[in-house]
Amino acid sequence: MHPAISVIFFTVTSGAGFGFLTLIGLGVPLPESGVGAFFASLIAGGLAVIGLISSTFHLGRPERAWRAFSQWRSSWLSREGVCAVITLVLFALYALNWVFFDNRIVWLGLFVSIGSIATVFTTAMIYTQMKSVPVWNNILTPVCYLLFSLTCGTLLAGSFGYWEAAVVSLPFFALVSIVVAWGAKLMWWQSGETLSSRGSDTGTATGLGSIGKVKLLEKPHSGENYLTKEMVHQIGRKHADKLRMIALLIGAGLPIVVCIIMLIAGANGLLFAVAALAMIAGLFVERWLFFAEAKHAVSLYY
Amino acid sequence: MTSLPTETTGKKLGLVIDLDTCVGCHACVVNCKEWNTGGYGAPLADLDAYGAEPVGSWLNRIHTFEVTPEDAPASIVHFPKSCLHCDDAPCVTVCPTGASYKRGEDGIVLVDENMCIGCGLCAWACPYGAREMDPVENVMKKCTLCVDRIYNDNLPKEDQIPACVRTCPAEARHFGDLGDPESDISKLVAERGGMDLMPEMGTKPVNKYLPPRPKTHSHVEPEAPKAKALDAKGFLGWLDKTLEAL
Ligand code: SF4
Ligand code: SF4
Ligand code: SF4
Repeated sequence: MHPAISVIFFTVTSGAGFGFLTLIGLGVPLPESGVGAFFASLIAGGLAVIGLISSTFHLGRPERAWRAFSQWRSSWLSREGVCAVITLVLFALYALNWVFFDNRIVWLGLFVSIGSIATVFTTAMIYTQMKSVPVWNNILTPVCYLLFSLTCGTLLAGSFGYWEAAVVSLPFFALVSIVVAWGAKLMWWQSGETLSSRGSDTGTATGLGSIGKVKLLEKPHSGENYLTKEMVHQIGRKHADKLRMIALLIGAGLPIVVCIIMLIAGANGLLFAVAALAMIAGLFVERWLFFAEAKHAVSLYY
Repeated sequence: MTSLPTETTGKKLGLVIDLDTCVGCHACVVNCKEWNTGGYGAPLADLDAYGAEPVGSWLNRIHTFEVTPEDAPASIVHFPKSCLHCDDAPCVTVCPTGASYKRGEDGIVLVDENMCIGCGLCAWACPYGAREMDPVENVMKKCTLCVDRIYNDNLPKEDQIPACVRTCPAEARHFGDLGDPESDISKLVAERGGMDLMPEMGTKPVNKYLPPRPKTHSHVEPEAPKAKALDAKGFLGWLDKTLEAL
């Protein structure tokens, strides 16, 4: 699949933003009010909103984007839009009370958390539902999205330096969640369903497989088309192994080392911020591969 | 509403494509483009049509495959591909706007271009590559089964069929109600062993493909013509020997 920058940016940043919102809603220790609370809200809400805005750049007709809220009964993309907007409105109310009245309303926070998790889950389901892309059509896809989102949220929350009040040691919690999230991703990479593992090949695509070996002789047109550009993208697979290593080193290795340092030498807001940025950078590579490596059934016709 | 229709008439209009007789002439492709550029919805656009890298949206494309049986020489199969108007159409249920829908009355899958936001999700969901984004209007285009011809009483009776079917010089394309087992087209499917493409995707296509008829294989190995031994005499013989010796 074509790795569109707008969609990569959207899934990574809104994932991190909604992950932070989940933790805020759960009452993770943060500045009690005022400027600190404002900045925490700005970063969490901002990441979520920037991501959503960037996703509209992917649309051919962004001016009609509002129509996407209508089909929540059947469409995961529509559900995602609805969940995101409801969650952000609830969070706006929560943040107002927090910043101006020193009041983190517990029940409202819980709704923000539930909404944030639902938003990330619905985002993941947009890809998971695609039978035409077997590698996405995997129960581990939403698991990875959710774990990555919560891990980014934890690291971002830690950057505000209020970890002392936490019930569990925040560096330890962050370390565990980094390991678990990337562990799930490794499993996803391992389990990699393919078109052939689902029984699809050029033979079933053309129905000619029962006669003999089927091979494309001539494409319909000599040039490219929407389908080959959007779905028969090849570049990603060439360097996949190297890119996976890069994603793991930056997105997992670096934050793990930082967390271990904090466990030994004590937590530090700046170090948390470094870990968060590294994790997000690693996820950009991971997300690029998520698209570039995915093989769509239509590639069997080309 | 992009749920699949719950109330249907049982009518399933669709195409049957005969892979035995298709000669790969692209006439259906051209007529499809011509009709759908003037008919339903936005024109089917091309970019850089006369330049080095032309691209454009087409609702029907002909691929050509080479099929090699175990025990016989390879043969060529031309393979027209367009929307199969699936019964369980994933392209419909993924649509966030309600632009992509399947009609209860005849099973045709359509896009309401005024509602489409061009998100491309339906094209991702279709395993067959039957949907293409228009490069100018930025809305999703797909085969309409010539919904603006088949019910159009302003056209002569013989033209009230999809443009591709009307134009095919090899009569490789057939149109009719695949939901009615007594229709000519259903009988043709039964008789010729019509098949679904990628049934494992669970889309339940309405369109069917008729496989190429079995070929009669000759069991005698074709003989390569052997070079005749030259035994020319006289001057030619002398010339042959001399040239050989050079
Ligand atoms: S062929 Fe593709 S576009 Fe047509 S109905 Fe089936 S899934 Fe949808
Ligand atoms: S591209 Fe248009 S028709 Fe297709 S899913 Fe998006 S809004 Fe629906
Ligand atoms: S017009 Fe008929 S013979 Fe020619 S490519 Fe189309 S289906 Fe095949």
